Amino acid sequence: MQIEKFDLGLINFSKAWDFQKEVFKAVKYEDIYSALILCQHYPVITLGRSADRRNILADEQKLNSKGIQIYEIERGGDVTYHGPGQLIAYPIFNLKYFKKDIHLFLRYLEETVIELLYDLGIKGTRYAGLTGVWVDKQKIASIGIAIRNWITLHGLSINIKKSDLDNFRLIRPCGMDIKMTSLETVLERDIEINDIKTKFRDTLFANRGTPFYPIGRVSPYRSVPVY
Amino acid sequence: MTKVVLPELGEGIEKATVSYWYFKEGEKVNEKDDLVELTTDKATFNLPSPCSGMLSQVLFHEGDSVNVGEVLAIIEET
Repeated sequence: MQIEKFDLGLINFSKAWDFQKEVFKAVKYEDIYSALILCQHYPVITLGRSADRRNILADEQKLNSKGIQIYEIERGGDVTYHGPGQLIAYPIFNLKYFKKDIHLFLRYLEETVIELLYDLGIKGTRYAGLTGVWVDKQKIASIGIAIRNWITLHGLSINIKKSDLDNFRLIRPCGMDIKMTSLETVLERDIEINDIKTKFRDTLFANRGTPFYPIGRVSPYRSVPVY
Repeated sequence: MTKVVLPELGEGIEKATVSYWYFKEGEKVNEKDDLVELTTDKATFNLPSPCSGMLSQVLFHEGDSVNVGEVLAIIEET
């Protein structure tokens, strides 16, 4: 069974959102089995279902001056920021072909990022109750998904460019006082987003993540037990 | 009368929070319509209506926590 791959490049959030919905329909009606959309976004703030608007710290004028739009969307989680210095991954996966387990899928996304970081010489960590991937207690990847008819929407973002971290000060990411970090910050060198895009795709398709394992088998690469 | 029950959502998931009702009490629903959206961890998901009829009773409201196996709502079949 083949998973379709799409690379939308640098794209407006709402256009990518529309595209997700189109791909979702194709998966729902089984025109395609599942899909992975990769892209970067122009600066945008999104509010998930658990979001509190007070977690946007900047006023409207400041956001307008930076050209940052706000979208309320159907994913789980609070507020987050996306910008061109992040890799965005939207896996539109039909979980009926993998395993109908919401948390396992979240852990799988974390695991893919932890594997990717491992290949770059970075130790990624997850903490119980704090979905996402962390490096030394700073967040490097954020996750928020929606599931409709056991098909996933939205997904994850990985902070790559150091320059994009400043805009996280406009919000309280995930509604918490947390520090964000990036691959460039950790590795102390320039990183090309396209390089990470390729590595991420290779990691995800290397069959090392749990949902692609036959049900009941545990990935030997799992870094910590699923909680 | 059909009970809308919170189904199994995966290992270790015992509860979810009601985040949005697509219908109000007294409204007509069709089988497979998205009835209610729930949230667990960083994921939202929809429960479809198990039958066509009238949503006669909503037992958990937006913001309420529901355990797997509990009855969320009652639909009077038509």
